[in-house]
Amino acid sequence: MDKILGTFNGVEFTVGGTLLELSYLVAALLFVVGLKLLSHPESARRGNFYAGAGMVLAMLTTILLHKNADGGGIQPANVWIILAAIGVGSAIGWIIARKVKMTAMPQLVSFYNATGGAASALVALLEFPNADMSNWGSVLVTLLGLIIGAIAFSGSMVAYGKLDGKVNDIRAGYLSYINLILLAGTLALALFILLSGQTPTELNWAIYLLLAVSLLYGVLFVMPIGGADMPVVISLLNSFTGIAAAMAGFIYNNQAMILGGILVGAAGSILTLLMCKAMNRSLLNVIIGAFGGGDAATQGEQGTMKEITMSDASVLLAYSRNVVIIPGYGLAVAQAQHVCHELDELLVSKGVNVRYAIHPVAGRMPGHMNVLLAEADVPYDQLVEMADINPDMPSTDVCIVIGANDVVNPAAINDPSSPIAGMPIIKAHESKNIIVMKRGRGKGYAGIENSLFFDDKTRLLFGDAKSTLQKLVNEIKDL
Amino acid sequence: MEEILIFFYTYKEAIFIIALSIFLGIEVISNVPAVLHTPLMSGANAISGVIIIGGIILVGHADASRINTELILGIFAVIFGTLNVVGGFVVTDRMLEMFKKKKK
Repeated sequence: MDKILGTFNGVEFTVGGTLLELSYLVAALLFVVGLKLLSHPESARRGNFYAGAGMVLAMLTTILLHKNADGGGIQPANVWIILAAIGVGSAIGWIIARKVKMTAMPQLVSFYNATGGAASALVALLEFPNADMSNWGSVLVTLLGLIIGAIAFSGSMVAYGKLDGKVNDIRAGYLSYINLILLAGTLALALFILLSGQTPTELNWAIYLLLAVSLLYGVLFVMPIGGADMPVVISLLNSFTGIAAAMAGFIYNNQAMILGGILVGAAGSILTLLMCKAMNRSLLNVIIGAFGGGDAATQGEQGTMKEITMSDASVLLAYSRNVVIIPGYGLAVAQAQHVCHELDELLVSKGVNVRYAIHPVAGRMPGHMNVLLAEADVPYDQLVEMADINPDMPSTDVCIVIGANDVVNPAAINDPSSPIAGMPIIKAHESKNIIVMKRGRGKGYAGIENSLFFDDKTRLLFGDAKSTLQKLVNEIKDL
Repeated sequence: MEEILIFFYTYKEAIFIIALSIFLGIEVISNVPAVLHTPLMSGANAISGVIIIGGIILVGHADASRINTELILGIFAVIFGTLNVVGGFVVTDRMLEMFKKKKK
C-alpha cells in the first residue's frame, strides 16, 4: 500500500493514496446515481441503498488509507476511537430512525439535518488552527463551513422543536431587523478574521465568537417562520448542510465531499423552490413570514358551525355514491390513518366510490400524507392528486375533511386579501355535502378563519379524529 | 484582482466540480413527483452526512495519547456525522419501504 507509484506536481503518490482517490470517485458516482434513482418511485429505494453504499465505502477507505501531509496513516488507537464513535452514532441513529412514528418524520429529518450541520461546524472549528492565514481562500472556506454549519444546526434544532410542539413561534416585527444586524455582524466578523493578519491562536476568541453569533442567527432566523412553512425551511437548511460539507471538502481537497455537498446543496435549493411553488409562495415571503396573524375582519359574518350526529353522518355516507376523503395533519396527529382506511373499506364494501384527495402539502411535508396513508395500506390508486380530483368535486356527494384546514379554505380563491390568497386548494366547498372532523373550534395552522366550516352544506363532527372515526365506523356497521 | 485569480487557479479543479455539481443537482431533481419530496429530502440529507469523512480525518490524526479538546470535539463530529448518515438512510428506507409494500 505504501509503494510509491510516481510523482505528480512534485508530490509522490502511493498505491494506497491512489486507491483512496479512486474509492472517492466511486462514492461520488454512487451519490449521483442514488439521488437520480431516488427521484423516481420505482427505483427510489434502490437509489437510497446506492447512496448509502457510497457513504460506507468512503468511510471505510478513509479509515484504512488516509494519510496526513507527512505521510502518516491513522494509528490503531485512533482507528478504535473512530470505530467506537461510529458505533455509538449508528446505534442511536438506527434506533431513533426505526422507533419514531411516521407522523414525526418531518421533525426527525430536521433533527438529522441538525447533526450534519453540527458535524460541519465542529470540523471547521477544529481545522481553523491549522489554517494558513496567508492563503485567504482556505481561511474563507473554513469560516464559511463554520458559519453555514452552525446556522444549519441551530436553525434545524428550532425547526425540530417547532414541529414537535416544543417551541412556539415568535412573530415580532423587530426580529427581522435584529436578524439583519446579526447577519451583518457575522459577515463583518468573518471579514475581520480574514483580513486581520493575525495568527489563528491570536484569533481564537474571534472564531468562538463567530460560532456563537452564527448559532444565534440560526435560531432567530427560524423563530419567526410559521409552522406551516417549516418543510420549506427544513429543505433550505438541508441545502445549507450540504454546502457546509462541501466547504469542509475544500479544506481537505476532498472531491467526494465537495461533490456530495454541492449536489445536496443544489438539489435542496431546487426542492425548496418546488415546495414554495406547490404552496404558491415565494421563498422571500416564507423567510419574512407573512403568514398568520391576519385578523379575520369577517369573523362576525361567518355564521355558526352546524354539528351533525353520528347516526346522521353514517346514513349520509352509507347511501352516497361518491365520497372523497380529504386528510390533513390532524388525521396524522391523531394516528387515525388506520381507522380511516377501515372506514373507506367499509364504505367500498357498501358500493360507495371512495377516493382520497391529496393536497401537495398535506401533512407537514410535501408527500408526507402519501407516506402516512401508505403505512395504513391504503391502495395507491385511491390516492388522487389535487389537480385531478378538483374537476370531480361538484359531482361528489360527500366530502369528509379530516383534520385539514388551510388546504380546503375557499378564502384562497375568494378573498384576495387573505394571507393564503392564490394557494391552490382542494375545492371541497363545491361538493354536495361536507363533513368536517375537527378537534375544536380553533383556526388552522396558518391562523386564519375558514369559511368552509360555516358553509350551509357543512356539518361538523367535533372530537379527536381517531375516536370520531372509530365511532363512525361502528355506527355504519350497525346500519 | 490578482488575489482572486490566484484563488481561482489554486482551486480550479474544485471550482469546476462545484460548477458542474450545481447543474447535476438541479438536473437530477427536476420533475420529481410531489409524493417523493419527503423521501428525497431525507435521502439528500443523508448524503450531506459526507462531512463524516472530515470527522474521521480529524480524529484519525488527532493526538490520542491524552485527552484534549481536538480529540473530544472530533469524536463528537464523528458521532454527529454518523447520526446524520445512518439515521438519514434508515429513515428514508423506512419511508420508501411503505411505497413498495402497497405496490404488490
